[in-house]
Amino acid sequence: MEEPRIGVYVCHCGTNIAGTIDVEEVAKYAAILPHVVVSRHYEYMCSDPGQELIKNDIKQLGINRVVVASCSPRLHEKAFQGVLRESGLSPYLLQMANIREHCAWLHEKGAETTEKAKRMVRAAVNRVSHHEALEIRQVPIFPATLVVGGGIAGIQAAMEIANSNQIVYLVEREPSIGGHMAQFDKTFPTLDCAACILTPRMTEVARHRYIRILTYSEVIEISGYVGNFRVKIRRKPRYVDEEKCIGCGICQEKCPWKVPSEFDVGMRERKAIYTPFPQAVPNVPVIDTEHCAYFLKGKCRACEKFCDAKAINFEQKELIFELDVGNIIIATGFDTLDAAKITQYGYGRYPNVFTSLEFERLCSPAGPTEGHIVLANGKQPDSVAIIHCVGSRDKNYHEYCSRVCCMHALKHAHLLKEKTKADVYQMYIDMRCFGKGYEEFYQRVQKEKVNFIRGKVAKVTDEAIGEEEKGKLIVLVEDTLLGSMLRVPVDMVVLCVAIEPRKDAQEVAKLFHLGRSEDGFFLERHAKLDPVATMSEGIFIVGCCQGPKDIPDTVAQASAAAARALAMIVRGKMEVSATTASIDESKCSGCKICNLLCPYNAIFFDDATKVSRINQVLCQGCGVCAAACPSGAITHNYFTADEIMAEVEGVLA
Amino acid sequence: MSFEPKIIGFLCNWCSYAGADLAGVSRMKCVPNVHIIRTMCSGGVSPAFILKAFQAGADGVLICGCNPGDCHYREGNYKAIRRVTLLKKVLERLGIEEQRLQLHWICASCGDEFVDVVNNMTAELKELGPLRDAEREV
Repeated sequence: MEEPRIGVYVCHCGTNIAGTIDVEEVAKYAAILPHVVVSRHYEYMCSDPGQELIKNDIKQLGINRVVVASCSPRLHEKAFQGVLRESGLSPYLLQMANIREHCAWLHEKGAETTEKAKRMVRAAVNRVSHHEALEIRQVPIFPATLVVGGGIAGIQAAMEIANSNQIVYLVEREPSIGGHMAQFDKTFPTLDCAACILTPRMTEVARHRYIRILTYSEVIEISGYVGNFRVKIRRKPRYVDEEKCIGCGICQEKCPWKVPSEFDVGMRERKAIYTPFPQAVPNVPVIDTEHCAYFLKGKCRACEKFCDAKAINFEQKELIFELDVGNIIIATGFDTLDAAKITQYGYGRYPNVFTSLEFERLCSPAGPTEGHIVLANGKQPDSVAIIHCVGSRDKNYHEYCSRVCCMHALKHAHLLKEKTKADVYQMYIDMRCFGKGYEEFYQRVQKEKVNFIRGKVAKVTDEAIGEEEKGKLIVLVEDTLLGSMLRVPVDMVVLCVAIEPRKDAQEVAKLFHLGRSEDGFFLERHAKLDPVATMSEGIFIVGCCQGPKDIPDTVAQASAAAARALAMIVRGKMEVSATTASIDESKCSGCKICNLLCPYNAIFFDDATKVSRINQVLCQGCGVCAAACPSGAITHNYFTADEIMAEVEGVLA
Repeated sequence: MSFEPKIIGFLCNWCSYAGADLAGVSRMKCVPNVHIIRTMCSGGVSPAFILKAFQAGADGVLICGCNPGDCHYREGNYKAIRRVTLLKKVLERLGIEEQRLQLHWICASCGDEFVDVVNNMTAELKELGPLRDAEREV
């Protein structure tokens, strides 16, 4: 190995590091460490002039190893590796000392913290001498993309990619795409009809020659890695032949069995054979085997008798098949909080307490009341209370803000004013109307004579005190602006329920190797700089599965993820990290311990030579095999025993 | 001067290192005794690294990985459990107390837990005192 010539670069990061650590002293200290040729400090090493500093030293001083003492390698390692690469050095000849996140920000200002930074730099210098110029390989990728979830997020991402003539598989577990947005009546703040802007997109997706919709289907297994995923899909039987069905609806008419409709959140009934809503895509019904008389009792088949197209097929079986894709976009959406959990608001006990989603269906002309906002007894309400933050911003349920409720509460108030003569009360903690045109909409609704009461509702009850409260629901709330308790008698209560992670978010996270943030939503790679990527390369998260957000933000995120996927598709190949494991065959005893440990089956035993070998494309570089090899024959590149031990010695020296 | 234990922390890149980053980004404060070394997976921490750390002067070794079930490499953290359990038995024979080798799960959004683990382990080792030189020789 050539003689190491190390350059050390200590970053001030403005005052982020320099405010706590004496960077000059650290740089001075590093200058006298073995093999260090030059040691500098600079305001922002990641900036252009900072990077130029390193490039110049590589050129003029013949630096062949670089230590950057700055922020987390998880933030800027790629940037600094790029500097080495552009200067003709292998990017793996870099070592970062994370003196910002793990030192300056974590400890108090003082000599002790500067001492720690010195030890961190010393460890990095010690380590980098052992680094080797690893070879970066390129492998071809599958151009197709898998989109999981057919709500507005999934639809948008699929369209963006397919419009570039690239194949997209759009998997949706429900019988139709459309997601929550299909259930909404109007969208804030423009009051666009949700169906009018969504259903054309749904049809477009269905007709798109580069999109294959797989409804009533779920991803059950995933293997491979970025660019080369293999996903196993389970397609549940619809018992209706998609090719033959003409969507006439006669089967649904003739089916004698009624079940509460999921799409109408139980406010209307559907049949045992059904499409969730009339604009469903595909417009092919499914048979719900849990309620179909034929599946339960072996008799009926009324749908089959009346189907002229002969599309009903009780023999259909579930289908399991595999797809090869390069990128995966997760758009699995959200659930809403079960309002019955918050017992003091009376949901489930009082028939005129509705959730916001139920209210959407009440407003919808295609809903159970054909758009008439009515009470359980069919009459129009004279007064309505809309309660904000039901389960959001509440330590007992979710601490986070659900972000859409203030705005849809305003929208509901506006629709009530438009469609009824009711007095409307908004009980809010804070009004958060932050988006484009949102504040203006808030002002508009204020002018429509909606009553705003600032306070968190304590209770909804039917226990009347006075005459005017009889037969009403009484909302108990403290008006914090007046400083007094109020009893507001109303006919109807709408609960703005919190947006929650899907009930099966944990399983989905496990399936796709996603992290979750404390609130339970999927975790992005970097909150600010990489908000749609995840820790799993090639897997992106968009829409409410990442956190509560409105439709404009969801659509923007979906387009962003599509752009990320397309960037790789256009390149047609990808670089594979060189930080894999390799076996020194002369040391391998052929014990096969590593074969069984490898989570990717990347290690196989070569019977001819009686040694184990590692498939470099399958290896993901976890290092489990290297740690377990009793002969020390396996090297985990970039994390070799020599490198790690040098770092340990550097810290403790 | 009071005894300040030196602790080497092997943190997996995906959860724990990110969790420690988050602690820093959130400006949480902890004692400076733990020196973090990034590894790709807690399952990739070789017993040789741990012994080396003790030999080179560490008073304790901390290994942090993803929560059970959340390993970026499927089940590397389970391998870490087995390895640490076994190694503790060996260390015990050598007279190295079990508190000196600790394994904790720190997720990428668990900055506060990381800070707790660092503070608690440092306090425990302060109580225990330095690792005696005789033990290092072995």
